[in-house]
Amino acid sequence: MTATLTPKTTATKPERTVSGAPKEKLASRTAAMIIMGVSTLYFLVPIWWLFISSTKSRSDFGSTAGLWFADFNLFGNIKDLVEYNGGVYLRWMLNSVVYAGAGALLGTLFAAMCGYALAKYRFPGRELIFNVVLGGVLVPATALALPLFLIFSQFNATNTFWSVFLPSLVSPFGVYLARIFAAASVPDELLEAARLDGAGEVRTFFSVSRKLMTPALVTIFLFQFVAIWNNFFLPLIMLRDQNLFPVTLGLYTWNSQVNQIPEIRTFVIIGAFLSIIPLIIAFLSLQRFWRGGLGAGSVK
Amino acid sequence: MHITHSKRIVALGVLAALTLTGCAAGSGTTTDGAASVDCTPSEGKVDLTYTSWIPGIDKVVDIWNKKNPDIQVTVQTGPNGNGGTYKNFFNQLNAGNAPDLGQIEYDALPNFRVQDGLTNIASCANVTESKDKFIDWTWNQVTFNEDDSVYAIPQDTGPMAMYYRKDLFEKAGIPIPTTWDEYAAAAAQIRDEGGYITNFPQNDVNWFAGLVWQADGEWFTNDGANWDVSLTSPESEKVADYWQDLIAGDLVSKVPAWTDEWNNAYNTGSDWTWISAVWGANSISSGAPDTSGKWAVAPMPQWNAGETAAGNWGGSSTAVLKGSAHPFEAAQFALWLNTDDEALTALNTEANLYPATKDGLTLPVLADGVEFYDNQKIYDVFADAANETNPDFTWGPTMTQTYSDVADGFGQVLGGTGTLGDALETGQTKTIAALEAAAIPVNK
Repeated sequence: MTATLTPKTTATKPERTVSGAPKEKLASRTAAMIIMGVSTLYFLVPIWWLFISSTKSRSDFGSTAGLWFADFNLFGNIKDLVEYNGGVYLRWMLNSVVYAGAGALLGTLFAAMCGYALAKYRFPGRELIFNVVLGGVLVPATALALPLFLIFSQFNATNTFWSVFLPSLVSPFGVYLARIFAAASVPDELLEAARLDGAGEVRTFFSVSRKLMTPALVTIFLFQFVAIWNNFFLPLIMLRDQNLFPVTLGLYTWNSQVNQIPEIRTFVIIGAFLSIIPLIIAFLSLQRFWRGGLGAGSVK
Repeated sequence: MHITHSKRIVALGVLAALTLTGCAAGSGTTTDGAASVDCTPSEGKVDLTYTSWIPGIDKVVDIWNKKNPDIQVTVQTGPNGNGGTYKNFFNQLNAGNAPDLGQIEYDALPNFRVQDGLTNIASCANVTESKDKFIDWTWNQVTFNEDDSVYAIPQDTGPMAMYYRKDLFEKAGIPIPTTWDEYAAAAAQIRDEGGYITNFPQNDVNWFAGLVWQADGEWFTNDGANWDVSLTSPESEKVADYWQDLIAGDLVSKVPAWTDEWNNAYNTGSDWTWISAVWGANSISSGAPDTSGKWAVAPMPQWNAGETAAGNWGGSSTAVLKGSAHPFEAAQFALWLNTDDEALTALNTEANLYPATKDGLTLPVLADGVEFYDNQKIYDVFADAANETNPDFTWGPTMTQTYSDVADGFGQVLGGTGTLGDALETGQTKTIAALEAAAIPVNK
């Protein structure tokens, strides 16, 4: 998020570039470009490798250079992947989309309501609750997987859709972000005006505050979506029925069988490549809300 | 204000840590024979759960489900044992919701036995009677030589033999080695031709154990009360010294196994042989597709000319886990899965499993020549190897730790420091320490 912010703020101050010495400017700009170029390469090369490898047949994969095309076999590979084991890969993708999509949507709603309440209402124990939530930010999700497993075991609810879905709804970081953002971007005067006009608290939240909080909500949604999509340890511990697996766990399971069934290796690679596409779509389609939101904030 | 805040956070963290360690600690550590369960058939329809990471196992189980409407088995899956499924089994055993049956490799069984995770099914009908159906060494793996005890049903094995590039040996006029001395001599000749006789893998410590197994060595023994660790036994040292010489003379390649580099070494003909298990046949044909028709299989080289000893690498069992409400039905299913011809054939065609029964070795699917190996009937070689495997090899209760400590040492050797003997010695010390730390009785 900060990366998209920085160029904007410098661009709005043109007088600075005039006063800076041209030589120094060139050097620092070159250095910045090099650093950015190197890190771009660093992040993109593995994805490039993944894409290239997805297009290769099994025999080409081992015997041709890793970073350039051999015979283009992408669609044949995808067809094999989708047909393998009764199309279980598609099932995994669907599961991931449901876990991450529905989980992030509901999780964002809860986080927004909670953060908004903490920011805008005064009630005893408010700071205590907020501090506990903050503490929750510090506890990694991985550390909670095992306790969650034991709790769900008490209710005979392991190996169910809910055992992965329910814990995904909780986002302490989202609550934190929503509170900070609500405090800064939702003016009390506006809420009072809404109340005077006869809107109830719930209606005020959904029709006034929610709109003002949109950039934060998009951020929370994306964070939560990615977190659930990549969450691996919880499903690993909870699930045993492969029809419930998210795509991460499914691919890991396949990858651990490569020694036994070497053919699976191709499926793991194409499967991994296809599994990042929804994340890319989510980012590309939602990032314009960030820009809009940031602009709206700056006017105020 | 700020102080209380951070205190609260610390307290939270400590709480989480406590919960974690509380769950991770093992429960029991006894090695005495556990009483066999009361094994009577259940009334009415029975539903069993079976966790296994064998690809395609559900199709095999479907055969059973069609034939046994009153005992329905649901397949559950996950990553391979050390990839997470064993850890899950232990979590589930602690929580009391483990599946009725689970796939457990032979080298992990002692760990489950020591932590009291297995049901003794010796008193279940047909179980002890099936002893003679199985290859001798596999039965010892599932009974731990305890009286009146059977903790799992053997499923598959990995008898070892030598895969070699027939064409290259012929072309260079090098005789196929039948003893380890000849193998070392061939290694030098192949090096002169610009190739390597084989690759020494850093991480496949269980492969190395298979070689020690062939040399009549043992790494662990259990006298019923105490464990003995013998990674540095004379047989083990002999194998280590032999490979140490090959490594020191640059007669073997040193690429990490199961990588593209490793596949490539075989695909391009730079590595000429592989001492490996029966399931390795598939690894070569998929990793080195360009060499189709050029490979052959011969028995492992011997320490003394004229012997026929073989080692084993891999294989797993079907165990009835602790807490199963239907041990009788579970045991019947495990027996069917691992002895019935139809099931064994399906396991072989679906997942390339090699049966652990004596009759299974002569299954029709294993009788044909294999195209990749120039239509050689390679499974005949492995059937002989399975019958020649020393029945007395025992795995220890902390194999994951032993493997990783020895592999660290092997890595140093391949990097140029220390010897394989040193690595085994470190493995020995650390294994004893690990057993003591887990309160498992061990002789020092």
